[in-house]
Amino acid sequence: MRSSIRMRGALSVLTGLLLLAGCGGSGKDELVIGEYGSLTGADITFGQSTKNGVQIAYDELVAKKEGKIGGIPVRQIVVEDDQGRAEEAATVVQKLVNQDQVCAVIGEVASSRSLAGAPICQQASVPMITPSSTNPRVTQVGDFIFRVCFMDDFQGAVMARFTRDNLKLKRVAILKDVKSDYSVGLAQYFTQVFKENGGEVVIEQAYSAGDQDFRAQLTAIKARNPEAIVVPGYYTEAGLIARQTRELGITVPLIGGDGWESEQLLAIGGEALNGCYYSNHWALDYPDPKLQEFLQRYRAAYKSDPDAIAGLAYDATTVLFTAMERLAEQDPATFKGLSHSKAGSDARRAATRKLRDLIADTQEFVGVCGTVSLDENRNASKPAVVIEIKDGKKIYNTSIKPA
Amino acid sequence: MSEFLQQLVNGVTWGSVYALIALGYTMVYGILRLINFAHGDVYMLGAFFAYFTARAIGAQQNPGPLNALLVLAAAMVGCGAIGYIIERLAYRPVRKSSRLAALITAIGVSLLLENGGVLMFGGDPKFFPQVITARNLALGGGVTISNQQIIILVVSLALMLALRFIVLYTRVGKAMRAVSHSHTAAALMGISVDRIISFTFVLGSTLAAAAGVLVALQNPKIEPLMGVMPGLKAFVAAVLGGIGNIPGAVIGGLVMGVAEVMVVGYLSPTYRDAIAFVLLIVILLVRPAGILGKATVEKV
Repeated sequence: MRSSIRMRGALSVLTGLLLLAGCGGSGKDELVIGEYGSLTGADITFGQSTKNGVQIAYDELVAKKEGKIGGIPVRQIVVEDDQGRAEEAATVVQKLVNQDQVCAVIGEVASSRSLAGAPICQQASVPMITPSSTNPRVTQVGDFIFRVCFMDDFQGAVMARFTRDNLKLKRVAILKDVKSDYSVGLAQYFTQVFKENGGEVVIEQAYSAGDQDFRAQLTAIKARNPEAIVVPGYYTEAGLIARQTRELGITVPLIGGDGWESEQLLAIGGEALNGCYYSNHWALDYPDPKLQEFLQRYRAAYKSDPDAIAGLAYDATTVLFTAMERLAEQDPATFKGLSHSKAGSDARRAATRKLRDLIADTQEFVGVCGTVSLDENRNASKPAVVIEIKDGKKIYNTSIKPA
Repeated sequence: MSEFLQQLVNGVTWGSVYALIALGYTMVYGILRLINFAHGDVYMLGAFFAYFTARAIGAQQNPGPLNALLVLAAAMVGCGAIGYIIERLAYRPVRKSSRLAALITAIGVSLLLENGGVLMFGGDPKFFPQVITARNLALGGGVTISNQQIIILVVSLALMLALRFIVLYTRVGKAMRAVSHSHTAAALMGISVDRIISFTFVLGSTLAAAAGVLVALQNPKIEPLMGVMPGLKAFVAAVLGGIGNIPGAVIGGLVMGVAEVMVVGYLSPTYRDAIAFVLLIVILLVRPAGILGKATVEKV
């Protein structure tokens, strides 16, 4: 509690400095695109990966078209740090929309932070594409909010079907993060589908993000003898939970969602994670040419392997660029409104509304994390991948298609 | 039953960490009547000292008791020095001022350490190298204890006994007790009050450092704000046991740890942080001086 007040103080000073620096993008002949993510805080790798993925898409635009869409240059993408906190997410999106006057926003990874930023974009009629927020409520905020990944109801179903059909397990325990919309939602959808398929959730326990000690919950779980423990949380906690699970002598597999996807997962969990599974948007060892080309480019730029978050950020950005290009071709006069008029002006609103329609039309877009087709609710429907952790490596196990 | 025993083991291990931190609060309070709010952040610094030492000596590659001991010692020495510096630069100049001034200074130091930590180490969590390879021991009846939990228990117990020995059976301990009774009278007897206060801070900080290392060993995720909540709870533990009372801090810490784990295990994990403050309210209503504290009449 104490710390949150302090951090806010520090941030308001920072925002003040940014205001002084003053960087409005209006009235100039350039397109400004915003992105926000957790560049500090507990989920730092999410924000970093998103930023890197967006950057690769931008670099590609620079290499192929001199950084221009419809003849108008795209200025370097404005990236804001929300410190991994929903309150800050709202503040930085306000800044992107009002200060930087962006024409579109690439949104957050964590659903709670996308949910904090989405209403601001919706109200300002600025299209927002979230690369990797999987909670269904995110796109329900309004018709300007899109996503290029699958949703938690589908992911929960994938985890449930995989546990029930592929692993042939019947009795599971759930350990969820009560502070996260994502985790609570995933647990709920998992339970629903798992029960429909004849499975049983023997015990449901919870923790709060940031906790360090899960032994009490795991001891209670151990007493019920489940065949697997479902941990629909994020990688820092998942790694610690895996470690403590093994310390308490529990040997059953842990099953997670895409919140586990991070290079750090194995650093924290180590050997304890062997034999565990999680559903994800891609697997690095999957032989898809577009994916492998992206991998090469990413490795050259950042000297490390990308996670799916980076791939989805790349997909979200290219979907946006494609829609903008189509707008420039179809209606150059309206397209100019994205760069030549102030945020909130009629010309800008007309342009962003057109842009919105074109993003909504996205069909069969081949991305690095599968093919994106947006449905009438602005959600992508695409298959999920299940990854197995074996000898400290992430191995592609199977793909599960939407039912 | 085995579930209950396992929870008890978990609770006692967790509680002994609170006890180590609470000892620092209670010693400083006993001598200065000052609540050193920066104490939880010294615990954080202990974990970071250990992290950098472990990396410097390559303890990740060759885990073993010797390297672990080296890491622990480095953290304790480092934090002892920090404790000395904090006392010398922040608290000594305001010692003659009101107690409120000292309290606010303590909050200031706490802020400085936390945000300084974010600045220096970065806000993202670091992963503490495994200086001791984890192994499990079955205690029978389905109850298991890890070697790391045993290390936590043994090291805390040893440090608490060492502290008891210092306070009760050494000259400097006698001086500490004298200073805690009355600064003036102790000074008249030829005790250097300043030096004893410095010593108390150094001692308390080394204990906090040890707690930081022990926790990082078991839960290898460390970050600059990791000291806030444990610091607050250890403070409650010190009050619970009777602030200023050394055995009281140990009992308070253990009660806190066990209560927390039992609440999570049998009620709801969301009450984990609430239980500390429920205990605080109860003890303040029922026995304001704490479990082992003596009720004193304050002259007005």
